[in-house]
Amino acid sequence: MREPAPSLSVYMDRFAYGDTVLFRDFRMRLEAGRCTVLLGPSGCGKTTLLRLIAGALPGASVRAADDAPLPGRIAFMAQQDLLLPWLTARDNVMLGYRLRGIPRRQRSALARQAETILAVVGLAGQGNARPAQLSGGMRQRVALARTLMEDRPIVLMDEPFSALDAITRYRLQELAAELLAERTALLVTHDPLEALRLGHAVYVISGEPARLGPVTVPLGAPPRDPTTARLLRLQAELIRELAGSPAAVAQ
Amino acid sequence: MTRVLAPLVTATGLLAVWQGIVVATGVPPYILPPPIAVLNVLVTRYELLLHHFWVTAFEILLGFVIGSGLGFVSALCLVSFRRARLWLLPVLVASQALPVFALAPLLVLWLGYGMASKVGMAVLIIFFPVTSAFSDGLRRTEPGWLELARSMDAGGRAVLFQIRLPAALPALGSGLRVAASVAPIGAVVGEWVGSSAGLGHLMLQANARMQIDLMFAGLFTLAVMALTLYFAVDWGVRLLVPWQSETVDHD
Repeated sequence: MREPAPSLSVYMDRFAYGDTVLFRDFRMRLEAGRCTVLLGPSGCGKTTLLRLIAGALPGASVRAADDAPLPGRIAFMAQQDLLLPWLTARDNVMLGYRLRGIPRRQRSALARQAETILAVVGLAGQGNARPAQLSGGMRQRVALARTLMEDRPIVLMDEPFSALDAITRYRLQELAAELLAERTALLVTHDPLEALRLGHAVYVISGEPARLGPVTVPLGAPPRDPTTARLLRLQAELIRELAGSPAAVAQ
Repeated sequence: MTRVLAPLVTATGLLAVWQGIVVATGVPPYILPPPIAVLNVLVTRYELLLHHFWVTAFEILLGFVIGSGLGFVSALCLVSFRRARLWLLPVLVASQALPVFALAPLLVLWLGYGMASKVGMAVLIIFFPVTSAFSDGLRRTEPGWLELARSMDAGGRAVLFQIRLPAALPALGSGLRVAASVAPIGAVVGEWVGSSAGLGHLMLQANARMQIDLMFAGLFTLAVMALTLYFAVDWGVRLLVPWQSETVDHD
């Protein structure tokens, strides 16, 4: 990474869609170089919060501890892989550079770097494959490689593994935890086990306007073994907290 | 094999019915010539037919190239400049209320009896489907791609040319297919209104002289040309968007 990851403080006075107030006087803090996880049922405003922090929606004030501006320092990984079907896997990994314009003499160096990152995520030699030729898990690996290629100190992830089968999800969580270490990350998910495997701090988000529950801090470094008794007990607690939240009761 | 054979069998059956009607009703050849007579004309007067074929084919091809080129450029302008959309789009849509046929005499008056007026007709009729299909495609880019590009600090031009334009190519392809199927209408109507060569001219003359067999031969030649153009464009579009998978047959 080129620069150390800063901590972020997020504040929202009020954010609403029509009459539905999603956030009011909302505060949260993302610790530097740590993975913060927001856990909540579908439709509780998790994705909206992520987009607000990313600046894709206006309305949130996000301040980095180093006071440097945020644009250019955030990478985004969505639930869909968002690969461009007409580009090869390698060109998709290089997308950010392609969009910003690559000087001719840097082209081959960047292509080599993209191939290296593809190898890291387990796709060595697949650089020339098009997205349609890859499985869902492989496509999400390319998306992860694209996020890594951007090499941003802050990473926002919106349920990036939720569309995958259990085993693929497990492997990708492992990979993501290793590769995103040292970055300030915010992961949004509805899977308590995923939250406990990857997060340094886990919050349950619920209600309208949304509130954060008490923080859960699992011991040990991610990616954690999901089969230990301690993790499973924490998972049970989180499920209870999720089930007790007003949004879940309404459903 | 059946895919090729089946339509051939159907066509042969229709020709047999046609021949049967002529024999059974004893309708005079200047009302409905038997298919054998049409075939005879196709063979004996193929030089005449070929001469007119090339005239019309050239008009259509030139009209197709100019019309789709203009459509391509104006769609790009419509989506790139809000002002263009505001000032031009309503006029463009309203202009489609005018039947192109009604403009044919004017075009002949302004552009003369030669090729220019027919090319002009073809351009007019091709321009709109290409513009509307392509600009629709450009405006319906997957929002996730645009958000991703924004998070990568891509400029508007890079997004347009590297994401929105390639993403709109399938839509452009549909526009070009429609254009290919309506292009012969423009050229032939132009020839009907005033010309000294071309299949439309030939058919009009043959009709006036009660050479209905020659008229049918002209019609057949025109159909062959239109089908060739359609399949050529269809093939070209497939080359243009190799990543677009065909929808699987459901029947």
